[in-house]
This record gives sequence, C-alpha cells and structure tokens, in this order.
Amino acid sequence: MTSSQLLGISTLGYLVASALYIATLIFKTKKSGIVASIVTIITFLVQTAGIGLRWYESYHLGFGHAPLSNMYESLVFFSWAIVIFYLLLEVKFNNRLIGAFAIPFAFISMAYASFGKGITQEISPLIPALQSNWLIAHVITCFIGYAAFAVACGLGCMYLVKSSAEDKPDAGLIGTLPGLTVIDDIIHKTIIFGFLWLSAGIITGAIWANSAWGTYWSWDPKETWSLITWFIYAATLHARFTRGWQGKRIAWLAIIGFVSVIFTYFGVNFLLSGLHSYGSS
Amino acid sequence: MSNKKNSIWSFFASVKLALFVLFFLAIASVIGTVIPQNSPPDAYIQEFGANMARFFQILDITDMYNSWWFISLLIMLALNLTICTIERLPNVWRLVVQDNLQTDIDRLAKMRPGKEILTSVSLDEAADRCRASLAENGWRAKEAPRDNGILLFAQKGPWTRFGVYIVHTSILVIFAGAMIGSHFGYKGSVMIPETRSADTIFSFNNEEPIKLGFEVLCKRFTLTHYANGAPKEFRSDLAILENGKEVLTKSIVVNDPLSYKGHTFYQSSYQSYKKFLVSLTDNQTKQTESFLIEPGKEIKWPAEDVTFGIINREMTETPFLYKYKVWFKDSTGIAEPFWITDGDTITVTRGGKDYTFALKEFFATGLQVTKDPGVWYVYIGCTLMLLGLMVAFFLSHRRIWVYIKQEGDTTSVLLSGNANKNRPTFEKNFDAVSRSLDEKIKSRS
Repeated sequence: MTSSQLLGISTLGYLVASALYIATLIFKTKKSGIVASIVTIITFLVQTAGIGLRWYESYHLGFGHAPLSNMYESLVFFSWAIVIFYLLLEVKFNNRLIGAFAIPFAFISMAYASFGKGITQEISPLIPALQSNWLIAHVITCFIGYAAFAVACGLGCMYLVKSSAEDKPDAGLIGTLPGLTVIDDIIHKTIIFGFLWLSAGIITGAIWANSAWGTYWSWDPKETWSLITWFIYAATLHARFTRGWQGKRIAWLAIIGFVSVIFTYFGVNFLLSGLHSYGSS
Repeated sequence: MSNKKNSIWSFFASVKLALFVLFFLAIASVIGTVIPQNSPPDAYIQEFGANMARFFQILDITDMYNSWWFISLLIMLALNLTICTIERLPNVWRLVVQDNLQTDIDRLAKMRPGKEILTSVSLDEAADRCRASLAENGWRAKEAPRDNGILLFAQKGPWTRFGVYIVHTSILVIFAGAMIGSHFGYKGSVMIPETRSADTIFSFNNEEPIKLGFEVLCKRFTLTHYANGAPKEFRSDLAILENGKEVLTKSIVVNDPLSYKGHTFYQSSYQSYKKFLVSLTDNQTKQTESFLIEPGKEIKWPAEDVTFGIINREMTETPFLYKYKVWFKDSTGIAEPFWITDGDTITVTRGGKDYTFALKEFFATGLQVTKDPGVWYVYIGCTLMLLGLMVAFFLSHRRIWVYIKQEGDTTSVLLSGNANKNRPTFEKNFDAVSRSLDEKIKSRS
C-alpha cells in the first residue's frame, strides 16, 4: 500500500459518506445515518494512515518532513481536520444530520486535491524558507480554524434552509433537522472555536515570518486576507455579544466568513502574488 | 464621568463604531491585495492608465497600508478599544470585587437555576450540612447572617470577566510594539562577499547607509541542492568583529538568524560571480596566498614560481556539486592537471614539494538586517491575546448562593446560582451541587 492509494480510497470513502448523510437527511432513515457515521470513521482512519504513511515515505526519500508543505498536502489535512471536527460535533450534539452539511466539504477538498488542475501530488523536499518547526504549528493551527469555519458555513446553510421552510409546518425532511436555536448555538460555538485557532494561526505565521525574514508583518496578500477573515469573524462575534445578533444574520456571516477563508486559501495563491507562492502547487 | 460623556466620548465608546471600523478595515485591506504595492510609478501608469495612476497617488493607494487614511482607521480602532475599556471596566471591576453576601434575598429566590429544599433539621445543622456539601463539590463558601437566617456564598473565576479586556489590551500592546519598532528600529540589507566584512548596511526605506558600530565578516557561503535541483540550504558562516577582533561566530541559515547588540542578521539572498577563491600554501616554506580567479585564466604566484588555472568542470555524483580540473605548474616544471571538488582542500605533490590547494566558488551573501526593539512587545501582545481569548470564550464567572432560614418547625434551604457564560455547563455543575445538598440534608445524622 502506498500513501496515495490510501488517500485515493479516502476520497471515495468521503464521497460515499456524503451520499449516505444526504440520504439520511432526505429519507429520514436512521440506519443509513449509522452507516454514514461508520463509513466516515473508517475513512478517517484510512486517511490518517495515509497521512502517516506519506510522512514516513518522505523520510524514505531522504528529506523527511511533515506532510503539510504544499497545496496537495494542505487540502488533505483540511479535509482531515473537517472530519475530526465534525465527528466531535456529532458525538457532542448527538445529531447525524449535520453530516450532510459538513462531510461534503471534506470530500470536495480531497477530490480537488486529487483531480485539481496544477496540483502536484509528488512528495517534494522543503525549500530553505519552509525548513522550520513553525511550519507544522502554523499549518495545523490555521487549518483547524479553517475546518471549524467550513463546518460553521455548512451549519449556516442548514439554518437558512430550515428557517426558510419554517412557515410550512412539518415540511418533510426539514422537520428532521435540529431546532433553529440549537443550530444557532452550534454555529456560534463553532465560530468561537475557529476564531481562536485562526488567531493562533496568524500569530504562529507572524513569529515564523520574523524568524525567517525579520518581519512579523509585511502586508503580503496572504497575511492581509487572513486578517480580513479575522476582521469579519471579530465583527460577527461583537455583533452577537454586544448587539444580540442571532439566527439568519449570523448564519449569513458564517457563510460570508467562509468565503473569505476560501479566498485566503485559494484566491490569494491563484489570483494574487506574494510570499506564499510555494503553497500554490 | 458626566462631564466626560460628551458626544465625542460616546461616539468612541460605542460598539457600533467598532463594527464599522472592523468592516472598513476589512474592505480597505482588500484594495492593497489587488493593487500592487510600492511598485515604481511607471508601472501603475502602464497598468491602470495615467488618470488612475494619479488618483492612486493622491490617495496613497500605492503604499496604502502606510497611508494617512489607513493609519487613521487603525488609530480609530485603538481609540475605540481604549475608550470602550475605560467606559466598561469600572462596572466589571465592581462585579468582580462586590460582596455577594449582600445580595438581595428576594433576587435569589428568582434566580435560575434555583432550588428550594425543606427539611426538619435545625438551622445550624442544615447550615453545617450545606457547608460540607459545597466543600465536597469544590466550592469554598463564605457566609454571613441575614434576616434570621444564614447566607452562604461561593464563586469561581470572578476574574474571568476581565478576559475580553485582556484581548482588547493585547491589541493595543501589539500596536505599541509595532510603533516602537517603526520609530526606534530599521530594516536594511547588505551584500558581503566571502572573506570580506561590512560595517554599514543600507536601509530599505531610503537606501541610506546605516553604520552598525561593529563589523560583520562573511567567512564562507555554501549553497547546496536537492537531487531535483531545488535549493536545499543557504548557509553563511558569519563572525562579528569589534575593533577587528572576533567576538562572536555563527553559521546562519534561513530560519536561524544571528543576533548581536539588538541587530539580527537573516540569510536572505546570495550572489554568484563565476569566480573562485583559491588558497594556496607551500607546505615547505609555509608561505600562504589567497587568489580570486576566473576560470580559463592563467594565475601566477611569483614568490613561489607557481602558475595555475581552472581549465574544465564536471558535475560530481552529487547533483549540482561540481568538480574542477586545475592545471598547475611549479619550479619543477611538471604541469600535470588534477581534479578538485568545489569546497575541498587537497595536497598537490610536485617532485619533492607539497602544496595545500583549496578551491571554492566565490559568493557574496545577502543579509537582511533588522533592528526591532518592539518585537517583544508584539509577542507579549500575541500571547496575551491567545490567553485572553481562551478566558473570554471558555471560562466564566460562576456563583452559588445558599440561604438557610428557619420557618416554624421547618428549615428552608434556598439554593441559587448564576453564570455569565456557558450556562448549560454551569447548570450541570449546579445540578450536581443541588443533588448532593439534597442527599445530605435528607439523610439522618
């Protein structure tokens, strides 16, 4: 078995899990939900093994490094982080229907990693700028934050779907979703969690930049966009804490915030130029 | 306070302003990521046309993160944070230090979560059991007699109410650090050829030379590659010289700079000259000479009657590491060539004579030099921010009151609690206390 085979299987596994979670939502069948969870957990274990094996393989190639160094590896880790975050939510809130709005993100991330244009899957050695322990701290903190924001965005969509169908009583599949106040509460908690990790991600990035280049902040497009994302979520939290924003407004902000995350992640690499260019292939 | 509460004060004390400033900072920041920053003026005219370029110039969009209007937004944010904190801190302080044993008993009865237990045990006995029950559950209670009864009070984490202010202060600390850095520090660069030293660097801002007050010597620069041709390591062996004497040496690579007297030297670039450094020693006479040579040229060392030159090169088995063919003749007249790998030192024998011959490609190392006395404030601010966020998000001020009162033959025990955040978790804790209290009071002594 090679790591790319294991990661290929995980792509497929998340596709199946996404389908099962969506089926559970539509057909209200309890059993398919349990199967979806099982498939997700098994796929997650396979993916974890794949990431571990890729790490091991890099040592075999003579330049061992954690598999967190390029676009492909970050996408795999992004999907991994979404799944573990979702599984914890599933256990904590004992609700499988959230899966239909979270696991597809994990699948899309893996599918894009595998089939996206210009994404190389090759394990390549680290250029001097990336040879730092801050690489691991920076990538892990950022992507845990991103994963939480992805789930918050999925929950935001879920909230909007549910609230738009509120007027029609007992509207089929919508009726099986958790209550609006519950969703609202989970969105809020997820954003808080993501915000803490995003802050840590920006800070570890700044410390790393200072140790590599002697500047902790240089208004590089990637840095600036991460700060824009931070401003959006900071504003969201203030709107909720001090002005009592709830429900639809917060759901929309969770979606807008994630659009900013996605732009920070991809848009900057593909549309703008800057210090993070090595993350683009 | 009332004289301060003019309209400007309340403008800066509002959270609405914070929301607007965050929103505008986000929008404004986008501009600088789309329009290239600090390009030469002609580049803007070419890309956006003369009119747009003039417009950019007027609004400082070509260097917008240092423009008056962007800095003003940041100052607004700082003022807003400061004034919000000054405005709200006194109230929070009162909540943290207030004597909760003075709390109105009627309010306790209305508080949620709450629970009332009636028992036939005496007031003192009930109070004892309540004290024990609270202590068992990790709540250290204070008490006071109130209206013919006893009020017990215990709390956890009153200081966590400061969490959000720690976060706000941390942002101000980071701003302060950034200002200290930009006023008392500088950034520059210097290119130092191997075997040479420099005592002056050139500022990034205006290309002005800046005297360091000491010298930096580049002893050696080495560049290594991976098999695929990507650079593996840029390494400079540096030494700090004070009055010509070495006081510190360090081999620096990217991500591992050298610091001395508030200055930090970062490996940032290098320059290749297609020249070679040769060091040649006559092992008999111990005479040594260094040469900077170009390939294909004949070099003479008249003192020793030696002539040599590089005549060819080939890649070694290590990718991108070259070996050089050197033609070498001395007074013996033997002119046999030999191969030497870049960076190596070998012994050359000619008749009865030995020479030590060292050769390496000649580079200059490019160093970025930073003096930033504010960076530690920035780091302290960052640490405070993370701590503050954790306190603000995950910890709460939890309070429990127990009021015990005799009413005829029965004793009533009123348990009430309150948390400023994370109420579901608190309710679980409260239930645990409530159950344990219930058991204790109802048990026979």
